Amino acid sequence: MDKDILILAIESSCDETAAAVVKNGRIVLSNVISSQIALHTLYGGVVPEIASRKHIEKINQVIKEALKEADVTLEEIDAIGVTYGPGLVGALLVGVAEAKAISYAAKKPLVGVHHIEGHISANFIEHKDLEPPFLCLIVSGGHTHLVIVKDYGKYEIIGRTHDDAAGEAFDKVARAIGLGYPGGPKVDKLAREGNKYAISFPRANIADSPYDFSFSGVKSAVLNHLNSCEMKKEEINRADIAASFQEAVVDALVTKTMTAAKDLKLSKVAMAGGVAANSALREAMGAECAKRGITLYYPSPIFCTDNAAMIGAAAYYEFINGTRHGLDLNAVPNLKIGQR
Amino acid sequence: MKILALDSSGLVASVAVVTEDKVLGEFTVNNKKTHSQTLLPMVDEVFKILDMDIKELDAIAVAGGPGSFTGLRIGASTAKGLALVLNIPIINVPTVDSLAYNLYGTDKLICPMMDARRNQVYTGLYEWKEGKFKVLLPQYAAEIEELAETINEYNREVIFLGDGVEAQLCKFAPLLKVSYSVAPIHLSKQRGASLGALGIEYYKAGITEDGDSFEPVYLRMSQAERERAEKQETTFQ
Repeated sequence: MDKDILILAIESSCDETAAAVVKNGRIVLSNVISSQIALHTLYGGVVPEIASRKHIEKINQVIKEALKEADVTLEEIDAIGVTYGPGLVGALLVGVAEAKAISYAAKKPLVGVHHIEGHISANFIEHKDLEPPFLCLIVSGGHTHLVIVKDYGKYEIIGRTHDDAAGEAFDKVARAIGLGYPGGPKVDKLAREGNKYAISFPRANIADSPYDFSFSGVKSAVLNHLNSCEMKKEEINRADIAASFQEAVVDALVTKTMTAAKDLKLSKVAMAGGVAANSALREAMGAECAKRGITLYYPSPIFCTDNAAMIGAAAYYEFINGTRHGLDLNAVPNLKIGQR
Repeated sequence: MKILALDSSGLVASVAVVTEDKVLGEFTVNNKKTHSQTLLPMVDEVFKILDMDIKELDAIAVAGGPGSFTGLRIGASTAKGLALVLNIPIINVPTVDSLAYNLYGTDKLICPMMDARRNQVYTGLYEWKEGKFKVLLPQYAAEIEELAETINEYNREVIFLGDGVEAQLCKFAPLLKVSYSVAPIHLSKQRGASLGALGIEYYKAGITEDGDSFEPVYLRMSQAERERAEKQETTFQ
């Protein structure tokens, strides 16, 4: 085997300041995350300006910690990988400017990475046998996509949400039933105490787009249900609402993913993004995949939420494919999957 | 001693390499292109033309705020990244001080004004006395009316400069009881050379920061923090 390739990866697209050192795209030598969740909880969601300020405060410590934990020096690093989109522009810019300066001063190649391609690549870290092609469901606070991973760095989007992202629906419903931010894990936890068949919330089907999603309907149905309970002075069972809402979202995600896998004859399915850590989704997708003889992959929760190790994994495959970015690399808040 | 100066606090992006007795090179751009795309390529160009290795630097001076929040952070994270690799300190130069340092030796009051929106400017008052640069009123965010009143109290002729002058002078001029002038275009905006020259003075005085802990001085809370503070204030009343 050729010489090992070490990537120093930096991620600052939302509210986590993160750095990691990854070997050959699959082996995580360090994965440091400085989370700001507690800070943003005060505001019920991520405040972009506060996130950006926190990134600049923490970024050097996080990078140094990642190098130290990996026990490598900057000289031993082969390339710098950085998330340059999509995300909050002010937050992205901190990581991008920092990565460019390090790449320039240390004379190391720079590889810009798409945040969601990073989430997909998180699967390579723990599943050493996973290789393209496979179908990937990406579900997070900002994204809901069904993507065919044709090869390393080659993606085709076949399904997307028409309105809210799945995670966004979780956050909004969590707020409506008084659970607060971040909504995903809180709904997941409360749903375990509820009956998922108690209330029938709608699953949207989009005409002519069998793999597309819509979650604004189910979110509105929850709000309507809350209103009507209040009007009728009926007691609100928050656990039942959480469980039934989650069931509606999970059902839509699983059904569409299974339809796509069948239509496209793909025997491997992966999940990525924060919502891929949801226990009901993992369970339901696992059961349906097992029935069909499909192998299901998903990362551990730590690699589902934003982290830099996944950026290092994606950067490695970009790096060996020859992707290089210049000192003029900019943050692209609405960067498309597969865009180069 | 060689320092690199970086200013991306306002509309201008400017970089310079400065020693104790020379401005070795300066690259200043005042156009719409984002600083994120231009700042580091400008640094690269200056070093290429100077045929100099970035490893020769002793420190990095950066416009440490106030200014555009995003602009400040582009300069700050560039400086922090360079400092991390080169293992050298950062010199946090107040943006308004560095603007005032564009002017030399005048007997008039120096008043930089940076557009801070919301009817405010980032400003301060400075003078040259016995060959020394003095800060009379440290940089802060001022209401236009309040600043005019302060200047009137000094009862001295004043020179204005900065990117806030154009936007504010029409509102500002009628409130002034002292005579004033506006600095010419080559001195009126942020200059890497001024930042670097002032940075050298800071460095000699031992006023440097560790790259890891350095962060900009915004002089202003984020909107969300401000609104939250206001809300709490009304709740307590």
